Amino acid sequence: MMDYQFNTADLFFALPELFMIAAIALILLLDLFVSERFQNLTYYLTQSTLAITGYFAFNLIGESAVIFDGTYVLDTIGSYFKVFMMVFSIVALVYSRHYLRAHNLLKGEYFILSLLSVLGMMVMVSAHSMLTIYLGLEIMSLSLYTLIAIARDRAVAVEAALKYFVLGAIASGLLLYGMSMIYGITGSLDIGQIAAFATGANLNSEQVLILNFGLVFLVIGIAFKFGAVPFHMWVPDVYQGAPTSVTMFLSTVPKFAATAMLVRLLIDGLGGLQAYWADLFIILAILSIGLGSLVALMQTNIKRLLAYSTISHIGFILLGFITGVVEGYGAATFYVLAYVLMSLTAFGIIIALNKQGFEADQIVDFRGLSKHSPWFALLMLFVMLSMAGVPPFIGFYSKLFILQQVVSAGYIYLAVAAVVFAVISAYYYLQIIKTMYFDDAEKEITVTAPLDMRIILSINGALILVLGLMPSYWMELAISLF
Amino acid sequence: MLENYLPIIVFIFLGIAFGVGLTLVGYLLGPSKPDEEKNSQFECGFPAFEDSRMHFNVRYYLVAILFILFDLEVAFFIPWAVVQSKLGWFGFIGMSVFLLLLVVGFIFEWKKGALEWE
Amino acid sequence: MENTYLTIVLAPLIGAIIVGLAGHRLGRTLSHSIAILGVTVSTVLALYVFNHHVLQGAEVFNENIYTWMQVGGLNMSVGFLVDNLTSVMLLVVSFISLMVHIYTIGYMQEDEGYTKFFSYISLFTFAMFMLVISNNFMQLFFGWEAVGLVSYLLIGFWHHKESAVEASLKAFLVNRVGDFGFLLGIAVLLMFFGTMDYVEVFTLANQVNGQTIFGDISVITVICLLLFIGAMGKSAQVPLHVWLPGSMEGPTPISALIHAATMVTAGIFMVSRMSPIFELSDVALTVVMVVGAITAIFMGLLGIVQNDIKRVVAYSTLSQLGYMTVALGVSAYSVAIFHLMTHAFFKALLFLAAGSVIVALHHEQDIRKMGALRKKMPITYITALIGTLALIGFPGFAGFYSKDMIIEAVHFSNLPFADWVYYAVVFGVFITAFYSLRMFFIVFHGESRLDQHAEEHVHEPALSITVPLIVLAIPSVIIGYLTIEPMLFTGWLDNSIYIDASVHGSVAALKEHFHSAFGLLQHSIVTVPFWMMVGGSLAAWVFSLYRTDWAKKIQERFHRTNYVLESLYGFDRLNDIVFANGSRKLGEFLWRISDMTIIDQFVVNGSARLMRFMGSVIRPVQTGYLYHYAFFMIIGLMLVLTWVLVVGENPLIQLGS
Repeated sequence: MMDYQFNTADLFFALPELFMIAAIALILLLDLFVSERFQNLTYYLTQSTLAITGYFAFNLIGESAVIFDGTYVLDTIGSYFKVFMMVFSIVALVYSRHYLRAHNLLKGEYFILSLLSVLGMMVMVSAHSMLTIYLGLEIMSLSLYTLIAIARDRAVAVEAALKYFVLGAIASGLLLYGMSMIYGITGSLDIGQIAAFATGANLNSEQVLILNFGLVFLVIGIAFKFGAVPFHMWVPDVYQGAPTSVTMFLSTVPKFAATAMLVRLLIDGLGGLQAYWADLFIILAILSIGLGSLVALMQTNIKRLLAYSTISHIGFILLGFITGVVEGYGAATFYVLAYVLMSLTAFGIIIALNKQGFEADQIVDFRGLSKHSPWFALLMLFVMLSMAGVPPFIGFYSKLFILQQVVSAGYIYLAVAAVVFAVISAYYYLQIIKTMYFDDAEKEITVTAPLDMRIILSINGALILVLGLMPSYWMELAISLF
Repeated sequence: MLENYLPIIVFIFLGIAFGVGLTLVGYLLGPSKPDEEKNSQFECGFPAFEDSRMHFNVRYYLVAILFILFDLEVAFFIPWAVVQSKLGWFGFIGMSVFLLLLVVGFIFEWKKGALEWE
Repeated sequence: MENTYLTIVLAPLIGAIIVGLAGHRLGRTLSHSIAILGVTVSTVLALYVFNHHVLQGAEVFNENIYTWMQVGGLNMSVGFLVDNLTSVMLLVVSFISLMVHIYTIGYMQEDEGYTKFFSYISLFTFAMFMLVISNNFMQLFFGWEAVGLVSYLLIGFWHHKESAVEASLKAFLVNRVGDFGFLLGIAVLLMFFGTMDYVEVFTLANQVNGQTIFGDISVITVICLLLFIGAMGKSAQVPLHVWLPGSMEGPTPISALIHAATMVTAGIFMVSRMSPIFELSDVALTVVMVVGAITAIFMGLLGIVQNDIKRVVAYSTLSQLGYMTVALGVSAYSVAIFHLMTHAFFKALLFLAAGSVIVALHHEQDIRKMGALRKKMPITYITALIGTLALIGFPGFAGFYSKDMIIEAVHFSNLPFADWVYYAVVFGVFITAFYSLRMFFIVFHGESRLDQHAEEHVHEPALSITVPLIVLAIPSVIIGYLTIEPMLFTGWLDNSIYIDASVHGSVAALKEHFHSAFGLLQHSIVTVPFWMMVGGSLAAWVFSLYRTDWAKKIQERFHRTNYVLESLYGFDRLNDIVFANGSRKLGEFLWRISDMTIIDQFVVNGSARLMRFMGSVIRPVQTGYLYHYAFFMIIGLMLVLTWVLVVGENPLIQLGS
């Protein structure tokens, strides 16, 4: 083994992560020592940290390097993902604050844990070694488990956290097992060296067998993080049980990290086995789309409904990866972006309806929203139509791009099945629209969301339409990442 | 090949002999004045024999978890110490950063009152 | 220039949005000011564009402004094609629209939906601009549907009136038939040309010319006929004309703007724009010509027996649209556009004048309850007179030149049936003069048949109504004289219209026989159409003023003919019985078979059953117990592993080997 020579320039390439860990330590201490009067300080510092980190990541776009003895990589997709994660985290925290205030959860730990999980995601995004991926995954997951349990006097939240924790631990175990298999056969943790091994021409059948054996476990670990069927069991319970702001965070930003994990492990690392893992993804994708679409029909809790809707969206994202071509990966990435935008708006509106001590998480809570708050009802209409895949919203294009790629890769039956289930799922999206526009409210709905949240939510919602009208730039960007 | 394991066998036997021997010595030579307190089994802070579904203080767990956390993290120093001479300043600074983060964590738990018994 | 074009198109849209969203807060004055400002901007810039392109002869502008999406090889864009034809259309549309906006201030004064109405007509103006400025079929179709939409909204504007609601429904349904043809036409065109861009289609036209579809039918003919079905719907040609008279249920300003001057001429514009394709199919051109002739004459005849002031004008519009269509059929596209333009001015004028009368009489529309309004409403009287003279083609007025040119063009055409069509259009002049002057005489001359109360209160309406009348009267007189030569003969429209002169020589022949606009005027007295016009005028005078009892006698004598005319040739009844009833029956049948049995029983209840089944499968799994979940994950792992190792497409372990 060669001796490792530390290179100071490497630190520059990891600037976003380094800045963030320093900032987290600082905020943690400040939050301890400043008095109650400055309780907003933590929030603003957190937002600034995210913004500055995003700025650093943005400036690093275009640079590429493998650093820290091959354990860490800086490339375009990583930098873009980091920028996206920062932006969406900022938005999510703006929405969260209203929710936290309404439910007396406004504590410094909430923001610090959010930051820590984002740090974990950044590590995952930039990982170039299986160990780094695992490290990032655990930083992220542990923070998220704790975030869910932050409402510790709520039994459902604690239950959700525990379920997520135990199942997450099992999934981590499976992932580690897969990694050890891969390490055993390739003799390296380095993604680059794994790739070199997996694409090698003279693999004998036993090597392929062991690689595949490991691959299955890696895919399961990834599928668990995405919440794809049959590893989705945690999703509905956690979405429903967690405080809504955590659900929102959980359903949006970590999707980038999960995508990055997929890209690092399966495309960068085991790209040579694409035919094998695509095979698995077909099953996962079609099960997810089907189950997500069908079961959502029966839900009355909107968070649970969105959980199943997420499962179905995840199916679409996985469909993009089975194509094995750059355009397909790009379409999947675009879908992630579109999904995160839509999901943020949806949860943002749910949060906006929260009031002091009132949790608006039933579909019936949306009755008559169009009369009391036509603007938010309109935004929700945008989201629902977009999620259902109605043009000209962004959700339509994301589905269209995926289906185009799936068809041109020759999986016509998959495209047909996906469309059929998408039509079925349109029913429950329309159901919500009907509830908002045609049902009478049983009680007065007042929206108490603060101005900053209203503005950001409006922009967020409008983007669903605007990006739907001009999707080509983002689509090209998404393709260029691969 | 098996001869490589000879020292282990020797160690095992030595261990057994030593343990048994010392117990024997104590049993044979020590004074023996039993009473009730002395005969009860020792367990930290609890009465020894009770229903297993009893209430007990959750603080034990908190302390235990904190102990394990720091214990594990300090254990990280051992491999570092072994190769420190080869790592030079890089190793020193790296470990300092690690220690710093550990201290931040420690300050947090202290300030939060996790170490106060009452 | 791109920004200029964009501003023309967007100014009315912005006005429409502001007024539509905030109209009730802005108040009436501010609302109509904003709407009118938008259209004024468009009009001024349209004038500038007209000068730039038509008078200065600038280069044709053809660019995509914004690419909406790229699907495979198909580019869907918003693009502008601005040439002389577009410039003329922009100017006509914006000018008439501006006049109608101003007129609306007075006309809709007492209406509750005042600001909504302004929003709609501004929106319409935007849609019409999008239609005429388009450089591709997709945007054309968008504009086509958008003007249709606003048209339905406006026909049903007074939605408390049941007849208005029915009329808008009728307009909607009939237009669906036309639009279906139009969409099919675009689809066939896309299939064979692979592009929706006008210029690309035109350059490919000769290549596609030889191809056939459905055996040996020429593709071009199919495309042209399908597109023309679209034009028939929008431009109300027989038998898809039935919606236009009904559309008179809408407020008068939109009758003038949409149902006389602009939207209904969209079909004429579209066919002219497509001249490079239509020129390739004599079959299609013949159909166009014959349909036009039938519309021109038979719709004119209906005008004679109508007693509703707006319906008379509506039937005259149908008849004039027939004339334009005839001109298209004989390849005289420029003549059709010429008539479109003159007609836009004088027909808008006539409608607005009719509206002026209606306002003065407090929404009385029956001409039998009018009469002798000449004295009481001098401005309306004179402008209506000018409009009528222009319509009947009195020498010197705008309509004279355009209609005369159409008749001459038909005369020179060598298509089959052209001679029959020639007789029809000549006879049409008689009819036109007859019904137009009949209405005019009954309304403005003769004895007053107003009731006592109305009699005392009749007076000329407000300035906002009379000023547009006067402004529109001017071009109704002079526009024909001024533009006939450049428009038809010296090449204003040459860069937009293609005529295969070797086959269709009527315009060339027209050019040969044409000396000057004044010469035409001098020569008019010895032409047949002139005497037809005089005859029609005399007949009108006799029946409506001189011997009013004759009309009744003739009606009794020819009661069968009269019955046919009054029942509008039975088109409505036919539609009611065959199409409406038939589709209702069909619908009921399908409802029984497909809805009740297939959808309700099988799909809906079936999927509900499926849901319940799915639920019963999934619910036991989603128990909420952690160990179940973990167990499920392990089962999932087992299944996936089995799939990869044993079942999948590349099984790694061969069982049984």
